[in-house]
Amino acid sequence: MPSMTPLRYLTSIALSTALLAGPVQAEDKPLTRGELIAQSCFACHGPQGQGADTMPPIAGWDKDLMVEYLLDFQEGKRNPTVMDRHATGYTEEEIRELAAYLSELE
Amino acid sequence: MSRSHLSRRDFLRLGASGATVAALGLAGFPALSLARSRLDARIVIVGGGSAGATTARYLKQHAPNLRVTLVEPNETYYTCYAGNWYLGGFRELDTLGHGYDRLREEYDIEVVHDRAEELDLAGKRVIPRDHHPIEYDRLVVAPGIDFAWDRVEGMGPEDTEQIPHAWEGGRPFRILREQIEAMDDGGTVIVCPPKEPYRCPPGPYERMALIAHYLKKHKPRTKVLGLDPKDSFSKQALFKQGWEELYGDMIEWVPGSQGGAPDRLSVSDRKVLTDGGDQVHSADVINFIPPQQAGAIARQADLSDDSGWCPVDQETFRSQRHDGVYVIGDAAVAGDMPKSAHTANNQGKLVAATIVGELTGEPTPHFPTVNTCYSLVAPDWAFTIAAVFEHRGGEIREVEGSGGLSPEDEGQAFREIEALYAPGWYESITRDIFG
Repeated sequence: MPSMTPLRYLTSIALSTALLAGPVQAEDKPLTRGELIAQSCFACHGPQGQGADTMPPIAGWDKDLMVEYLLDFQEGKRNPTVMDRHATGYTEEEIRELAAYLSELE
Repeated sequence: MSRSHLSRRDFLRLGASGATVAALGLAGFPALSLARSRLDARIVIVGGGSAGATTARYLKQHAPNLRVTLVEPNETYYTCYAGNWYLGGFRELDTLGHGYDRLREEYDIEVVHDRAEELDLAGKRVIPRDHHPIEYDRLVVAPGIDFAWDRVEGMGPEDTEQIPHAWEGGRPFRILREQIEAMDDGGTVIVCPPKEPYRCPPGPYERMALIAHYLKKHKPRTKVLGLDPKDSFSKQALFKQGWEELYGDMIEWVPGSQGGAPDRLSVSDRKVLTDGGDQVHSADVINFIPPQQAGAIARQADLSDDSGWCPVDQETFRSQRHDGVYVIGDAAVAGDMPKSAHTANNQGKLVAATIVGELTGEPTPHFPTVNTCYSLVAPDWAFTIAAVFEHRGGEIREVEGSGGLSPEDEGQAFREIEALYAPGWYESITRDIFG
């Protein structure tokens, strides 16, 4: 067996650890800021953004359309009731991350 | 949240995957984070209300193999929020009760229906009244409020059948509703809001409106009198606008500076004495909402300070008085956040993410948190306050330029649309909390 360089040795340990750990599950990815912001939305828009009763669903929206809506809300467009007051609390970057996360929900 | 707070004890508890990473760490390999699915630490949550139940649910959502135990005395939790809708006569009390079966069955959360008698912080155990002590690696304390009866003259907890507070969900609301239903037309209902800080700042004023809504229909010659130690209150301009528009002279509110502050109550003849005892107000029904403090178990465990509330690191909600404990919900001091169901729910999510981040060693990203609060003055007349919070200068502060109240200059249509959304909010948040 050829001798291993320290780098190859460490790489092999990392790989064997990965094998021991099995396939990466969804819950093994680190929590993202987009997901954590989205959780705030679920208090009004239902778990996983599914909507409930009179509250509209926000899951599975096209992310560019969601960004457009939220940026419009920031400017008071589209006649929101409360969403303008929420949208102004977020940076555009946060809105983009949120929209990307919501777009992946079914 | 930028550092891992993994203790040696946590590390040992994490088992094989932890040992593998430890070996890599010893070999000088860059630190690897632990998989969320491999976490199996024991988390005990005391209190199954909006804050506690949310924490339990989101911990299991993030890391399904965590061993999460929720200690809550009630098998059905009745929300205090939306209780005023019941007093107004347009919502059944039963619809405000929530069980724990879904948290137990769908999220594999152990729910122990018992009262936590003692928090043994040194021994890392919660000692319930009728069950064996429960050991934990992390403890979340979410006991809600307790009433500070020692600051009330003339009545105590034994008098709440005669003078109900209706500031905890369920039965206290039924007592108040039945008294209002039983009274004669032409009498007076007194509502006494508490001094700050207290749970649900706009709640007493929504209550005055919705009791008036019921009375207007059934006993139209009856008055609602607010006797308040304060000179101003949450959403004041919007409430006053709605009160005047819908109820005219039916509602009178007396601020503290004009003799409104209750000094003493007389239970036997249903009187409230204000203005140093100079003014005596008789009523058919008195709703006295007592001054408040953190839930007893938190105070007993020395998690509160002289204020009666629990100081926490406002980034993580870790107790500032004891290590390894988080305090959330109404009991915690949380900067600009009001004591509301919505913030309790947000805090539960924040703490769940924080604990998972600490156990995995993967820092939890900073993220804004939120409050939304609907108040009704009639079933078809509502307004909101909204806020987005960030962590700034060591405290939870509102993001500048965000949040605020519904506009004062909007008409009936706007109020009606917000009233349509209010039950949607309730449905959403209670599903989010109780599964």
